[in-house]
Formats: sequence, structure tokens, C-alpha cells
Amino acid sequence: MILLQLVSDGLQLGAVYALFSSGLTLIWGMMNVMNFAHGQFVMLAMYVAFFCFTLLKVGPAFFVPLAAVGLFGFGVVVYLLLVRHVMRGPMLAQIISTFGLALVLQYSALWAFSANFVSLPTTLVGGVYDLGGVRLSAARLLAGATAIALTAGMHLLLTRTDLGSRMLAVSEDRVAAALVGIRPDPMQALAWGLGAAATGVAGGLIALFFYVSPDVGNSFTLLAFVTVCLGGFGSVPGALLAGLVIGVVESFSAYWLGPATKDVVVYGLFVALLWVRPQGMFGRA
Amino acid sequence: MIPLRRAWPVAVLVILAIAPFLTANPFYQRVAALVVLAAISASAWNVIGGYAGQISFGHSIYFGIGAYASLLLFGRFGLPPIAGAPLGIVASFVVSLIIGPPTFRLRGHYFSMGTFAIAALAEILVVNWKFAGGAIGLMGPAMPRSLADLLFRNSLPYYAIFLAVLALLLALTHLMQRSRMGFYLRAIGAGERAAESLGVPVQRYKLYALLISGAFTALAGSLYAVMIGFVDPESGFGILISVNMVVIAALGGVGTLFGPLAGAIILVPLQETTNALLGGSGTGAAYVAYGLIIMLIARFSPGGLAELWPLINRNGRRRAA
Repeated sequence: MILLQLVSDGLQLGAVYALFSSGLTLIWGMMNVMNFAHGQFVMLAMYVAFFCFTLLKVGPAFFVPLAAVGLFGFGVVVYLLLVRHVMRGPMLAQIISTFGLALVLQYSALWAFSANFVSLPTTLVGGVYDLGGVRLSAARLLAGATAIALTAGMHLLLTRTDLGSRMLAVSEDRVAAALVGIRPDPMQALAWGLGAAATGVAGGLIALFFYVSPDVGNSFTLLAFVTVCLGGFGSVPGALLAGLVIGVVESFSAYWLGPATKDVVVYGLFVALLWVRPQGMFGRA
Repeated sequence: MIPLRRAWPVAVLVILAIAPFLTANPFYQRVAALVVLAAISASAWNVIGGYAGQISFGHSIYFGIGAYASLLLFGRFGLPPIAGAPLGIVASFVVSLIIGPPTFRLRGHYFSMGTFAIAALAEILVVNWKFAGGAIGLMGPAMPRSLADLLFRNSLPYYAIFLAVLALLLALTHLMQRSRMGFYLRAIGAGERAAESLGVPVQRYKLYALLISGAFTALAGSLYAVMIGFVDPESGFGILISVNMVVIAALGGVGTLFGPLAGAIILVPLQETTNALLGGSGTGAAYVAYGLIIMLIARFSPGGLAELWPLINRNGRRRAA
């Protein structure tokens, strides 16, 4: 029974990992630029949720969409002001630019909000369901279900719509896309916006059951990176599957080895993965 | 008569050698020592990150190994902390041989992210390592037992030691620049596949570069521990230690001999004054500034100050991008 409980906990958390990781896979797959500030985007969304609740007394039905819209705008601005100018520059510029952004976001948050851990009341989305002995918390269930629905939605957007085809065309070949009349810049700005919006939703959902502090971002950046590596670059279904796997691995290792070492297992898994399959578990060479 | 191009590096070193003796202010002297220390680790990072173009965010591992080797030998065996320097260097070789081959199969962002993950892993492991003080860290000697403890009230002796190490590292880098290895590394940095197709043993030379780079970073860590007398997981293995090296090298100009030193001369006093003014490093204001500087470099001058140098010095040759 404890096994089922661990699996279900892991899947619900993993779904949220999958959501923000699919944002990263979109950004990365589209333009081959890594976003080192991805976890800090999630952190920002978590603070949006926290301040919406404490100042405006509104629930997730309000702050999750707000975080999504806010982060969408932020992602577009980051693309237009920073990424667009460095993405065809030297490798060093591409890598350090978003790393600098991560520092600015994290330490501005530290400055503005202090290092204290804050959290939303656990009763905000209250209730625990008992399903044949497996306990499901309403907050995690809501987060997991929303995350899976949105990840699936993102996949459908990319593969089934005209807009998605245009975005994929730009990611495939910028110049060729431009030749057939697709303007690359708006598409890539859109990819950054959507990728950031995914972190917005994910951050709003995670804040329901996870503490908020200025330095939560780093571990999310790494988690997203591990997930994208595991799932294959640019693949949304891969990110979903990998996110779920990582959620379950984390929940098992936290149970057996203690919460302090759960990150060790995930990062260790990743380093081991680099050894055996540098192209990712489901990725092609 | 010596041509100017040859003379100015010597002039730089002479100015550096006498500069801190001109002031009696202990704050300035301390900052001067820290500038040179930062220049050592950034110049060490520059060998693999600058010349070979492999942007590592994992160098905090080496720095931490050096610092911990020093204070572990003191704390557990009562040896003078500096005795940890050779141990740290040997340990850095072992680490390079373990993490080099798998991470070197990654290119560009993937390499940076991979080294970032390994550094994060190392920090968590050290936090949970009871023998090495866990999250609390390790202390150096409180009182000097002999001269070998290298415990001075004044920062000038540290400054002299650090400057000697920096001079050695820069001399080695200078020799490397002109040797076969320097050409190989720059070829790798410019394009790995192209270098490989021309017969450069890419993996082997990247490993050589990492061995040198890691050893000097570990040495910098040991020297840090000797001077500060304290290290904890964050000040030894924290990701910001890696970030510091990358920013300092990037500001001055990666892949240039004196770039990291120039970066350190600008950034370290900035950081120390910000911390002194705002009271401790807890506020993080210095890192907001760091982040902004990084973004500005990336956006407007990815070659760092070295890229701007030819604009003000018409005799200088523009470095090939």
C-alpha cells in the first residue's frame, strides 16, 4: 500500500515538473538556447501566487491564470531584450546571458522578499481523498491534473494547429521558414512566452503545497534540465513521461533515504545518464 | 630596447607588486589580496573556459576541494593548512579524470548544464558529509602555532604569496598560448568538429586543459582557506564560486592572458565595497549587480574588455572572434 502511495505522490508532483519542463523543452527545442533562469521563472510565479493570496485574498482560480499571463509577458520581454540579441552570438554570450538573468531574479527576490520561507495555507485547496487506502491531497491532485492537461494541450498546439506548425518550421530552419513567409521573430517570441507561461502555471500550482523562498529556483532549473535531457530535447511527450518518472524517483528516494538526499538521487541519476546516454533517454543521437 | 608589447606585461606585474605597500589601510590591503586570489581562480578557469571554450559552471568543486583539503588536514590531523594544497591538487586530478571524460562528450549549453549539475551534487554531498563538518563547515587555526600555519594579522604576506602563484600561472598560460597546446585549445574553442577533422586530439587536450585548470583552482581554494581560516559548503562548493570565476573572466575577456586579472581588479573591489557598505554579503545586492553585468557583457560585448581594448589602443590587433 505504501508503494501505491509513493507512486501516486510521485506522479502528482512529477506532472508539475513535466509542465514547467515542457516549457523549457519548447524554448530549448525551438532555438537551441538554454534558459538557465527557468527555475527562477517558477520562483517568480510562486511569489505571484503568494502575494495574490496574502494581499488580495484570492485563490488559485485567480492567481494561476494571472501568473501564466504575467510570465508570458515576461518571457516575451526577455526574448526581445536579451535572447534575440545573443542567440546567434558566441557560445559564451548565449550561456552566460540567462545565467545573469537567473542571478538578478534570485537576488532581487532575496532583497525584496528576504530569505524567509513563506507558504500558502494548506487549507487553501483543502481536503484529502481516500481511494482504497491511498490518500490523495486535493491540492496535489488539482496541480497534477491541471499540469497533465496543459502539457497535453501544448503538445496538441504544436502538432495539430497551424500556429504550431509555423513554430516548428522556425525551429527546424529559420531561414527556410522566412522564405515561405513565416516571420521567425514573432514565432520565437511566442515560444519564449509560452515556455514562460508554463512556468507561471506550474509555479502557481506548486505554491499550493510547497514553500516559497528566493532560492527555490536553482533546484527547479536543474530538475527541468534533467527532465528535458531524459525526455529528449524538444519533445513535449518526452518531457511529460520524464517528469512523471522523476517525480516517482524523488518520492521513493525521499521515503527510503530521507528528504535531504532526494536531490542527490535525481542529480546522480542525471550524471549517470550523461555517462551512458548523452543524447537523453528517449532522444536521438 | 624592448618593444612596448613585451614591456607592458612586466610593467603590470611590477605595479601589482608594489601597489598594496603604498597604503597602510588594512581594508585596501585585504581587498588587494582578494583581487589577486580571484585572479588566480579566474585565470585557472580561463584555461578550459576561455582558451578551450568549454564554459564550466562546475569549478566550485575544485575550489571546494582545495579549501576542504587544507582545513581537514588541520582539523583532523593538526597539520598546517597549507599542507592541504598538494593534497587538494592531487584530489583535483582525480576529480578531473572522473568528471572530464563523460562531460566532454557534451557540447555548448549541455556541457555547462552538466557541470552545473555535478557541482550542485557535490555541494549536497558535502552538506551531508559529517566528517567534513556537514553544513557547519571547518575552521582553521585560531592562533599561529608556527610560521607554517601562515597566519598573519596583516594581508600583505598573503598578497605576496598569491601574487607569486598568479605569476606562475600566467607564465604557464603564456607558454601554453604559444605552444602546440595553445593552438589546439583555441581550435577546439573555435569549433570542435572542425578541430577534430584537422586531426586535433580533442578529448585528450580538453582533459589536459581541465587538469591544469582544476589544479590551479584547487590551489586557489587552499590559499583561500589559509587566509580566511573558515570554509562551509556554500563558501567552498557553492554555485556562486563558479559564477564568480566565469564573470570575472568574461568581464576581462575570455581566452586572453590578462583578461581575468583585469576582471578581478574591477569586480572584486566593487563586490567588497558593496558588501562593506550594505553590511555583510547577506543582502545579495552584489549579486544583482553581478547578474546585470553578466547580461550587459553578453548583450553588448561578449569578448569582454579585451574586445574594447583595440578601440582605445590603435596599435592593438583585434582578436579574431
